[in-house]
Amino acid sequence: MNGATEIPAAKGKIGMGRRRLANKAAFVWDDMKRNKLAYLFLAPFLLCFFIFIIVPVLSASLLAFTRFNSIEAPVFVGLHNFKVMFTEDIVLMKYVIANTFFFAVFVGPVGYALQFLMAWLILQIPKKLRSLYTMAIYVPSIAGGVMMSVIWVIAFSGDRYGYLNQFLLYCGFIDTPIAFTQSSGYLMGVMIFVTLWSSMGVGFLSLQAGMMTVDPQLYEAGKMDGIRNRIQEIWYITIPAMKPQMLFSAVMGIVGALKAGGIGVQLSGTNPTPNYAGQMLQNHIEDFGFIRYELGYATALSLMLLVLMYIINRACFRLLGTKEDE
Amino acid sequence: MLLKKRLKKLYPLTVPDGLRLLFVTLYAIMSVIPIIYIFNTAFKPLSELFLYPPRFFVNNPSFHNFYDLFFALKLSVLPFSRYVFNSVVVTAITIIAAVVISTMGAYSLSRMRFPGKDWIFSVIIISLMFSPEAVKITRYLVVTKLGLMNSYSGHILPHLALPICIFLIKQFMDQIPRELSEAAKIDGASEWRIFATVVVPNVKPAIGTAAILTFQAVWGDTETSTYFMTDESMKTLPYFVQTMTGGLTTVVARQGASAAAGLLLFIPNLIIFVILQRCMINTLVNSGIK
Repeated sequence: MNGATEIPAAKGKIGMGRRRLANKAAFVWDDMKRNKLAYLFLAPFLLCFFIFIIVPVLSASLLAFTRFNSIEAPVFVGLHNFKVMFTEDIVLMKYVIANTFFFAVFVGPVGYALQFLMAWLILQIPKKLRSLYTMAIYVPSIAGGVMMSVIWVIAFSGDRYGYLNQFLLYCGFIDTPIAFTQSSGYLMGVMIFVTLWSSMGVGFLSLQAGMMTVDPQLYEAGKMDGIRNRIQEIWYITIPAMKPQMLFSAVMGIVGALKAGGIGVQLSGTNPTPNYAGQMLQNHIEDFGFIRYELGYATALSLMLLVLMYIINRACFRLLGTKEDE
Repeated sequence: MLLKKRLKKLYPLTVPDGLRLLFVTLYAIMSVIPIIYIFNTAFKPLSELFLYPPRFFVNNPSFHNFYDLFFALKLSVLPFSRYVFNSVVVTAITIIAAVVISTMGAYSLSRMRFPGKDWIFSVIIISLMFSPEAVKITRYLVVTKLGLMNSYSGHILPHLALPICIFLIKQFMDQIPRELSEAAKIDGASEWRIFATVVVPNVKPAIGTAAILTFQAVWGDTETSTYFMTDESMKTLPYFVQTMTGGLTTVVARQGASAAAGLLLFIPNLIIFVILQRCMINTLVNSGIK
């Protein structure tokens, strides 16, 4: 037991009601004073955390109800921003929500399944090769957004110098080069491909680490209990045994997928993307916040994004979280 | 015969194992091809860059692109070295500061008891679920209000609050036996001393992981340069590369130089990961959320 020594409970029991409450407050205050050091250790982190995460989130939930252009003082407008969002913002309704939804539904589960599959497959291969393979698969995720646009912009370049175009021309599939990142028909596909390519990040490593720690005895026990193939093994032993890591990488995956939404702008080089084909909630926020300076409306959108992230994550907790009795 | 036996011992593969190996290999190749491609493009001389049909591999590697990057681009507003300098300074300070405050915070959350502890930890878990990008606008306002525009603190401070670092270090620290620090306590060591000499050496892998994650978050980040810096001389390398590739979408001009710049951005990342890979896997063993 560090720092705190428990105060004997006998000190209480004197009064009831208000007195008890005051006692409790005094007790907590004493406790806090005694643990000065603990707060001191935590203070630098908490300070940064408070200023750059808590304050922005809180002020977003206030600014979302105002009209604000960053020059004049914000004016309270009630639910106006949300009304506009749902009734007048045609771009949002017609493109952004559909895109974000499509992208998330595709990249989220597919990316997650791919992460799990790769982590599992890597554990099956000889130990000597493992770290080499892990590195090869992890590398795209550290290439980062900038590197990504350097690579893929060249590969998907719209003229015949682009590698994909060159390949397709060479094989005779097409007669004229396709402007992949500029045409609305292809941009989304390219975005999904690029994001999946780079999705093997911390989540993937965490899954791999989780799988390594599953007790081998469990597998033996499972065999005796009649588990016949690898699929059953994964379903009945591996997944339940590594639920905490599954949850962690799901959370990382969701955050990553919604973060990666900006890739469309990087690939096409314009915000808004051509015909809004790759426009995501993120880009829409940037468009309103930093291009049109309608900060009130843009924060309302950010608030929606936060709520969205929270809801999806909660759903994951429901699905993967360990129950009380486990 | 003997060789076959030895091979079998080294790689005890059966047929389905072989299939799996093939599958991972294909995926791994697909992951690295673009990276290999950038390596090649960065060293392509001008004549090969605009060759038609384009070639994947470089024939006569040259440093022309790097030369272009370092010297020819001097004609633009600022020398290339200024961006590199900014990036290095910002990244180095951020990593050190982030690692120190995350480790201290994790120590407090893992080893001490105090009112509000559980509450603080659950807020940190919830914040793991948000990407800070979602509140770009209000973060921008906070940075402006604090007067951090066009200063190195504007690059550094917003990156210090990385919930994932404190989370991972805390989870790792929870696995270190308490007896260790209790013994030190009985010997009369102060809390600071226990922290610095008993606990920190034992959580090195987690600290390494935090360092990698911070590095990755900061080194490639363009956001702070784009939104918090209006002065060109305060911007960082990734921002510079981004502006170079911005006009690249349909034309191939500056392709070589931007590949070279992209490579320069990527190499440190790769080196650090290769060195600290083991740390990372070790740490992530404890990465679960319960």
